[in-house]
Amino acid sequence: MTYARRAWIIFHKDLLVERRSKEQTNALLFFCLLLLFLFQFALGPDRDRLTAALPGLLWLGFILAGLLGLGRSFLAERENDCWEGLRLTPGDKSAIYLGKLAGNCVLMSAVEVVLVVLFGVFYNVDLWTPAAPLAVVLALGTVGLASVGTLFAAMTTQVRARELLFPVLLLPVQVPVLLATVSATQALLLGQPLGDVAHWLKLLAGADAVYLTIGLLTFEFVLEG
Amino acid sequence: MTRALGWLAALGLLAGLAVGFGYAPREAVQGNVQRIMYLHVPSVLTAYLAFGLVLIGGIAYLATRRPGWDRLAGSAAEIGVLFTGITIVSGSIWGKPTWGTYWTWDARLTSTAVLFCVYVGYLLLRSLIDDPEARGRYAAVVGILGAVNIPIVHFSVKWWRALHQPSTILGPEPSPIDPAIGLALFVNWVAFTLLFAYFLSRRMEIARLEEQT
Amino acid sequence: MIAAQDLRKAYGPTLVLDGVSFALAQGQCLALLGPNGAGKTTLLRLLATLLRPTSGSLRVGGIDAVREPDRVRPLLGVVAHGSYVYEDLTARENLRFWETMRGGDAAPVRLAAALAQVELDAVAEERVRTFSAGMKRRLGLARVLLAQARVLLLDEPFTGLDRRGQKWVNEFLLAFKAAGGTAVLATHSLGGGLAVADRIAILGQGRLLLDRPAAGLSSEELHRLYESLTEAAP
Repeated sequence: MTYARRAWIIFHKDLLVERRSKEQTNALLFFCLLLLFLFQFALGPDRDRLTAALPGLLWLGFILAGLLGLGRSFLAERENDCWEGLRLTPGDKSAIYLGKLAGNCVLMSAVEVVLVVLFGVFYNVDLWTPAAPLAVVLALGTVGLASVGTLFAAMTTQVRARELLFPVLLLPVQVPVLLATVSATQALLLGQPLGDVAHWLKLLAGADAVYLTIGLLTFEFVLEG
Repeated sequence: MTRALGWLAALGLLAGLAVGFGYAPREAVQGNVQRIMYLHVPSVLTAYLAFGLVLIGGIAYLATRRPGWDRLAGSAAEIGVLFTGITIVSGSIWGKPTWGTYWTWDARLTSTAVLFCVYVGYLLLRSLIDDPEARGRYAAVVGILGAVNIPIVHFSVKWWRALHQPSTILGPEPSPIDPAIGLALFVNWVAFTLLFAYFLSRRMEIARLEEQT
Repeated sequence: MIAAQDLRKAYGPTLVLDGVSFALAQGQCLALLGPNGAGKTTLLRLLATLLRPTSGSLRVGGIDAVREPDRVRPLLGVVAHGSYVYEDLTARENLRFWETMRGGDAAPVRLAAALAQVELDAVAEERVRTFSAGMKRRLGLARVLLAQARVLLLDEPFTGLDRRGQKWVNEFLLAFKAAGGTAVLATHSLGGGLAVADRIAILGQGRLLLDRPAAGLSSEELHRLYESLTEAAP
């Protein structure tokens, strides 16, 4: 029970800090808006080309936002040696990982909702009809991204050149998640039912389970430093 | 010990060359360029061996904290990246006359490229941490994740390719397994494994000496 | 309560601690003195199980701190440079966070009592960002009070405090000792250390150049000893 309380208080603390300082969320959401323009300008005015690329662009957007947002997960802990304070807390350190992960999932979900809405509005794409199955894919993809992202963020917080190292470490590992989510999203946007992409969902679920397990098991080794 | 390995490896490579060029037949469709398979396939197998050792070394280090395990992991990763590079380049050279292009998002080539990126990242992480204890720990975590991710990458890339193009004729599996080709592959694989062992032994020795200064 | 035997800490070729041994009984306070760079912080971090010694043994409360740091940590209260405070949280929220993370009872009553004890109850709902260094230090002390730490490890507790603040810390430590607590404080303030310590130790060249009871040691004598011992070090 203490485990759950500890994970919860980390989550709660991050939420409080974020709500008070508002540094991260506002900037991230604005970044999403900028991405919209970026993609449009990069692909040119041809509407069909944009629509064809849409699933990829959506997930590219998530990942770019994720790289920015997740990388900073443990930045608050660097102030006043709070990282050290966390090291000294007794008990299973994976509770900290879980709490941080929960916070990151909430953050990523907010970003995703905003991006989906922006895409729907600005690119004039119907994302409402497949909303429910899309949400499933989004959820699975988010967990995959955040589970590894949180672990690597903890690691790179203490390392030189962390802003560069974080994406370099995270992106290759995320290839399966990217392939699966984009393929599944593409199928869903074409109107296919969720059952058609079951194999992708299974891959995502399996990958998520693996990443989460490794995160939970190895976080204490990362925190130690 | 290392010396002996070195000689064995050299012998093995010579034998491999002999069998690969002398004994194995000229492939019907592709011609002599197919012989690059005797470099390409053993390379990727050796790379997998290397990354398997990175995984084992990482886990063992986290469990025992003995620096030797971390040296194993780091050295194996370096050599693994080297062999992965050889795999990609040889695959690319194989591809040019066969497919007409240096690169194609073929499932195996793509998976290997992702593998390359994962472990280059691993080496980058190692190079950025000075404290050997922290380096061992962090590298172990990345190494474990990277290794466990390999099959996941494989499947995802395979299925992704299946969506876009039928699988190409080109693949390390020779069509009906000509025993001569099989033998050539085997001999070269043994030779490469010996070479890997030699490199690993040398590299670990250097690492040990470096740490003492 | 604390038994350190031949502690060594090396960072690569640099030897920071070269065989430090001492023993501290329960209810006693050790003042660790020494110039900057002598290794006081390193020793304190070793005692706090934040660092592993390269060699040597350390027992806290009878437990092997090197082999089982997790069993030792619940006994410890660390107040160091970084005060383990989240600037955007209020004093009360900070306490609630750390006490919950410790697995303790973060009931509002307890939090309020701890804040009152360190005289921060008036600013309990203020964000720590607005606090002075002394107030943050006091919040750290509230945190270790709440945690019911048996061993207090303080790194430069007097720095940045005015006379009144320093006196306050002294009184706090005396009360802590009276309640059965043990404390080690690292400081380069000789006067501050002498006021509360039962034992005085001087760290230099990675070793304890002095380790004796504080009783009967006058301020002038301590200064003299300190100058002569630390001067010898190049």
